[in-house]
Amino acid sequence: MSGYFKEIIDGTHSLVAGMGVTIKYMVKPVVTMQYPRASVKMTARYRGHIDLVKDAETGESLCIVCGMCQKACPSGCISVAGEKPEGAKKKVLTSYRLDFTKCSLCGLCVESCKPGAITFSKDYNLAGLTKDEFIFDLKKRLEER
Amino acid sequence: MNPEVSRLLIYVVAAIAFVALNAAMLVWMERKVAGHMQGRIGPKEVGPFGLLQSFADGIKLMTKQLIVPEGADVPLFKVAPMLVMIPAVMCFVTIPFSETVAARNINVGLLLLFAIASVNILALLLGGWASNNKYAVISAARAVSQNVAYEIPMLITAITVVMFTRTMNLHDIVMQQAGGFWNWNILPFTKNPAMALVMPISFLIFFTCSMAETNRAPFDLGEAESELVAGFHTEYAGMGFGLFFLGEYANVFIGCSLAVILFLGGWQCPFGLAPGIHWFLIKVYSLIFVVMWARWTFPRTTIYGLLNLSWKILIPISLFNLVLTGALIKVF
Amino acid sequence: MNHLASDMHKETFVLNMGPQHPATHGVLRVKLVLDGEYIVEAEPVLGYIHRMHEKMGENRTWAQFMPNTGRLDYLSALSYNHGYVAAVERAAGIEVPERAEVIRVMTVELNRISSHLLWFGAYLLDLGGFTPLLYAFDDREQILDLLESVTGSRLTYCYFRFGGLYNDIDDDFIAGLKGFVERLRSRLPMYHTLVTKNIILMKRLKDIGVVSADMCRRYGATGPVARGSGIDYDVRKNEPYSVYPEFDFDVPVYHEGDSMARYMVRMDEIEQSLRIIEQAIAKLPEGPIMAEKAPKIIKPAKGDYYHAVEAARGSFGVRLVSDGTNTPYRLKLRSPSFCNLSLFAEASQGMLVADAVAFMGSLDLVIPEIDR
Repeated sequence: MSGYFKEIIDGTHSLVAGMGVTIKYMVKPVVTMQYPRASVKMTARYRGHIDLVKDAETGESLCIVCGMCQKACPSGCISVAGEKPEGAKKKVLTSYRLDFTKCSLCGLCVESCKPGAITFSKDYNLAGLTKDEFIFDLKKRLEER
Repeated sequence: MNPEVSRLLIYVVAAIAFVALNAAMLVWMERKVAGHMQGRIGPKEVGPFGLLQSFADGIKLMTKQLIVPEGADVPLFKVAPMLVMIPAVMCFVTIPFSETVAARNINVGLLLLFAIASVNILALLLGGWASNNKYAVISAARAVSQNVAYEIPMLITAITVVMFTRTMNLHDIVMQQAGGFWNWNILPFTKNPAMALVMPISFLIFFTCSMAETNRAPFDLGEAESELVAGFHTEYAGMGFGLFFLGEYANVFIGCSLAVILFLGGWQCPFGLAPGIHWFLIKVYSLIFVVMWARWTFPRTTIYGLLNLSWKILIPISLFNLVLTGALIKVF
Repeated sequence: MNHLASDMHKETFVLNMGPQHPATHGVLRVKLVLDGEYIVEAEPVLGYIHRMHEKMGENRTWAQFMPNTGRLDYLSALSYNHGYVAAVERAAGIEVPERAEVIRVMTVELNRISSHLLWFGAYLLDLGGFTPLLYAFDDREQILDLLESVTGSRLTYCYFRFGGLYNDIDDDFIAGLKGFVERLRSRLPMYHTLVTKNIILMKRLKDIGVVSADMCRRYGATGPVARGSGIDYDVRKNEPYSVYPEFDFDVPVYHEGDSMARYMVRMDEIEQSLRIIEQAIAKLPEGPIMAEKAPKIIKPAKGDYYHAVEAARGSFGVRLVSDGTNTPYRLKLRSPSFCNLSLFAEASQGMLVADAVAFMGSLDLVIPEIDR
């Protein structure tokens, strides 16, 4: 019998305590950010799709067309092509295609690049209407920058 | 035209308009209250502070196709939402908003309200059964047993008030509570101090039962979203669903306004200064805020927890309350 | 004619808690045979999200399988990273420097907390309480921001490498972590007031889905499910790996075996993880984060290796069979949720549907890791 009344009183007390918590949070300021009026500052290491790094002196990419990134990628998204011009010692990059529809942002390509020619970009506002918009031509992107 | 008839017509139109506007207002309030309790803003884009959001949603619902599922019982299926709205609007006949604003002052107003409001349960059962959906039938059955179980304590606590006020006329009940909040039926110190023992408990039981009657959380098994998709109104699209919603919010308003009239002094000012319709609306919407507050705080009860709460806790306590009220009235 | 009426001569009817259902936490189909509202028989049907991870393991090199580990159980992806990397390191005999091990433990425990917070919110959402979900997500956002500043990803991490880590941490991370630990410690009492002590929740969880210790052993359930039934088994203590032996933490064990016990186990685990993180911050040594002798192309010796770690849902095991080449011969993943789900068929007999939902939520299933 006393357990019956104790349960009612404890139960009512727990309900009132719970309501006290929610009313406290109701008067606190909101914790959400009003996107797209305000946008998030990306952290330095955020993994967007990869981009070629511009060499400060020559303005070209640092890529030596070794193909390590192409071999390291588990999904087969990268296709690198290069040619060796007459009399030059090293290969020059002619095309760097990234199929972003398959990329899983694992970072194995960035890790495997010895000269550090590729890095993660900070692009997150990616929306497109066709699949082709997500096959990036990284050399063209480098030249446009 | 006969002034009586024209007066009645005006009240009918006003009641329907009030029900619709109230639903729009309550949807907005619910979303804002929910948002702020959860640390976010509710609707804010459509109109200032998102006030026009409910109208936008209403327009969207009205433009949707009314789908009748295959194998459903078509006449019953179509009648069920209407059956939810009609009692809700009819109840506005006897609710006195203020001394002068009331459609009809019926002598047994309280009894009429309870009688009409019980038709609501029939509509839920019809809606669930006619949908030809296993989920809907389960939830309609649950809703009926829940409503029956919670009618009883609600009626018993209403009887305690009637025993105290000696009238069922809602207008007279409020007039008796004129003055300040010390005259209100919830803590009637000036009229009969002994009643201050029983009246608050009556109020709590009445309020809880009105939450359960209108299928509001934490008693919303009928619409339990994560268990039975959407319960008895799963198969309703567009305005059919809209009418169930409107009916639910109208019932919430009626339940809270009944609690305000019986216990909290209706349209009387807490300090006896300027009674009027504004006090009535303020009190009712405060109680509705408490209903929403409870919804967004607590999880849902199970059907057995719900029925146990009613049969094993609320009914014994309200019966005991009734006997005690009778004894105290006789003695003091 | 209403087809329900034609079922009237039979007592039971079949209900599909279909692949699309708000409460099955993924694409799980449960065929329920109901008698009114009571479950007579429950049969989980799997395979709706089978993505052939184990087959992919046979076609990719050891390093190329890393992103797959993050996609198995995306809520505690770092534990799965850890399991795979530790198994390969055991096979190839690579030593991991201590700084890397301590950072591994720190990030794995953070991930465990974020997984438990999400479980907490989603469980209460199933039960009808909408608000605690958002409070839990508020805390979880902080964890995700912290882990993003280190690893670059918010959910499916690919951070560990054979022999260490991909990036090092900096002082901002440590400062943020200290602030987070304090903040979460001050918020945990609020969760207990709002949820744990609530009478409605207690009625919903107490004595629902009682699973005995014997049943757990028969089905191979591990993790909080087993610890809620009285089995004191935690891979971090019973099969120690990494630097866990150097940390001082308790393993919460409750003996009732009902949903409330499993709930309390996970809430206590959040506190214990906070303790581990504090100790890890204190003992973080300087040094390299990558083993110097880690070869670029891994080729473990021929053999059969197994390693288990304590993921948020139980014991995650990786069994490698290597034939000396640069791709695995066989990669078997033992997911904890698979064994936890198998309890459902037997334990749910005679339950109400609502109680079955509460029971399934307390098992904390993530279907993609069941189907792999």
